[in-house]
Amino acid sequence: MSIRTIDPTTARPKFVPSRRRFDLGSRYTPVLVTLVLLIAMWGVGATRYRGFLSVQMLLNLLIDNSFLLVLVVGMTFVILTGGIDLSVGSVVALSTMIAASLLRAGWPPLAVIVIVLVVGSTLGMLVGLVIHFFEIQPFIATLAAMFLARGLCYVISLNSISITNPFFVDMAQTRIPLGPGLMITPSVIIAVIVVGIAFFVLHYTRTGRTVYGIGNGGQSAMLMGLPVARTRVLVYVISGFCSALGGVLFTFYTLSGYSLTAVGMELDAIAAVVIGGTLLTGGSGFILGSVLGVLVLGIIQTIISFEGTLSSWWTKIVIGALLLVFIVLQRLLTTLRR
Amino acid sequence: MKKIIGMAAAGAMLLALAGCASGADSSTGAGDAPAPEDLIVGFSQVGAESGWRAANTKDIQAAFEDAGIELKFSDAQQKQENQIKAIRSYIQQGVDVIAFSPVVESGWDTVLKEAKDADIPVVLTDRSVDSADTSLYVSFLGSDFVEEGKKAGNWATEEFADADAVKIIQLEGTTGSAPAIDRAEGFADVIGSDPKFEIVASQTGDFTRSGGKQVTEALLKSNPDVDLIYAHNDDMGLGAIEAIEAAGLKPGVDIKILTIDAVKDGMQALADGKINFIVECSPLLGKQLVDIVNKVVAGEEVETRIVTEETTFTQEEAIAALPDRQY
Repeated sequence: MSIRTIDPTTARPKFVPSRRRFDLGSRYTPVLVTLVLLIAMWGVGATRYRGFLSVQMLLNLLIDNSFLLVLVVGMTFVILTGGIDLSVGSVVALSTMIAASLLRAGWPPLAVIVIVLVVGSTLGMLVGLVIHFFEIQPFIATLAAMFLARGLCYVISLNSISITNPFFVDMAQTRIPLGPGLMITPSVIIAVIVVGIAFFVLHYTRTGRTVYGIGNGGQSAMLMGLPVARTRVLVYVISGFCSALGGVLFTFYTLSGYSLTAVGMELDAIAAVVIGGTLLTGGSGFILGSVLGVLVLGIIQTIISFEGTLSSWWTKIVIGALLLVFIVLQRLLTTLRR
Repeated sequence: MKKIIGMAAAGAMLLALAGCASGADSSTGAGDAPAPEDLIVGFSQVGAESGWRAANTKDIQAAFEDAGIELKFSDAQQKQENQIKAIRSYIQQGVDVIAFSPVVESGWDTVLKEAKDADIPVVLTDRSVDSADTSLYVSFLGSDFVEEGKKAGNWATEEFADADAVKIIQLEGTTGSAPAIDRAEGFADVIGSDPKFEIVASQTGDFTRSGGKQVTEALLKSNPDVDLIYAHNDDMGLGAIEAIEAAGLKPGVDIKILTIDAVKDGMQALADGKINFIVECSPLLGKQLVDIVNKVVAGEEVETRIVTEETTFTQEEAIAALPDRQY
């Protein structure tokens, strides 16, 4: 039996140098893996397809996923606290419906946007309060919100509603030139600003530290005197706000409101956050990782449509496989860290 | 290790690409109009929700292969954002023509404008868009859904000519989609003039068999004395048959069933007497689409609206037509 006991004094020196050479246990590792993956996929696409090797292709990734970028910001906050928000896709659909129907009724566009954002945030706050005060699983509480929001879409209208409001059309069709042949949309700028604010809040403010603290076990955060209750509700408000803003960007993207849009988009957002290296149990992860996650999802879709002969369902297959790999990877890394 | 594999893969692909490029050089023609083998067409399909759609996809892919035109195909899985992304990536690739069947009617102006700015002609197939600016697409190839709804309505008025009151359940297609809206409209136009027809319930079954079954199950409970089920496609009608049989009734006898599409499974059920009448909506658009593409690329004028040729089937006609049915 004595053979099994490892003498720590002889075991340690062997282990430490290898850790220093390449720190696998670092919390940055998952993000780096995602970054390498993104570059590799881009490289493969660039060698295979005409028109792939261009900066505009990368900008298109941002244009086509600006709403998803905003959604993952909210989702990252929620998942960092160890929660989950399944209502995201439905709130996007509800936002497009509210926006489209109010615009059709002749409301001024800015008022419409404010109303949409308030509705989304309020719904998020209600969910957050339910989760905190009744100690309900976030999964169930947000599932309820998901059905509620989706159902409300059909109350507003069964048919899709086109948007002809000049402000919305401008937001959809304005192209901001970034150089010869390069352009982005206003939505991209909004998304980048949101990511920037989220980055600042998460890493440089007390609220951000509390979010990480809750994810690492609420007890210690509470003992440190951090405002746990307030923050736990706040992350769902943030997620609700981001969903509504994502909905507004989605309205710019499609210029219409439609009850059936964004079905399952919450799962895309969760997938992006996980591929971006955030632990589903909370406490570890980065907003920029989630951004990389969105770009990975986007580039998979782009490669498959450039390929043109593969069934688009391969997108789902690849995302599924990637998710599996990343979850296992995270498990290994967490074990290594201990 | 990963790096090495990645580099090896990239290297291999470069070689393959170089091979392709040299192959293409020798075959380039000297004429004004590009040869078919140089053409690339991007097609964005709605999804794979029904037998009709599968037949449509297969026919289009086969037609382009026969014509020797390279087809970039993508399935949007019923999501508008996927379709917009696919179209944008076709623009980025610089394809010669973009064709697509829009998931919904609204919300296409932005990306279609981008295609127009890039001088890529767009052809709509099967479903239309509600853009006020019709210069955004060169042609719309597809069925006239309102006409299909009218044909269905005409059959109902003949079939129930002697009845005093007819209670109808309508299984609608995907909410907000053009065929769902138009087939309901055409049907209502015809039967609306006769007060004995009453649509007691109308719900969406999303064009799927399971959707049709669920909705029928629920609606049969609240309306057990229904006379006719009008389904916007065969798949929902087939789902309704399952629900009617599960309720212990005979489909086609106790409750008449009227559908649109005429896919093989639907025709089989029609021949078996479980469906009473089918209005055809042909998915075989491939050849016509290839013709349009060739004309557009050659700079010829094309009609802005091209209606596919379609017929209707009774039970006897279905038995006769079934052996030669391609889809």
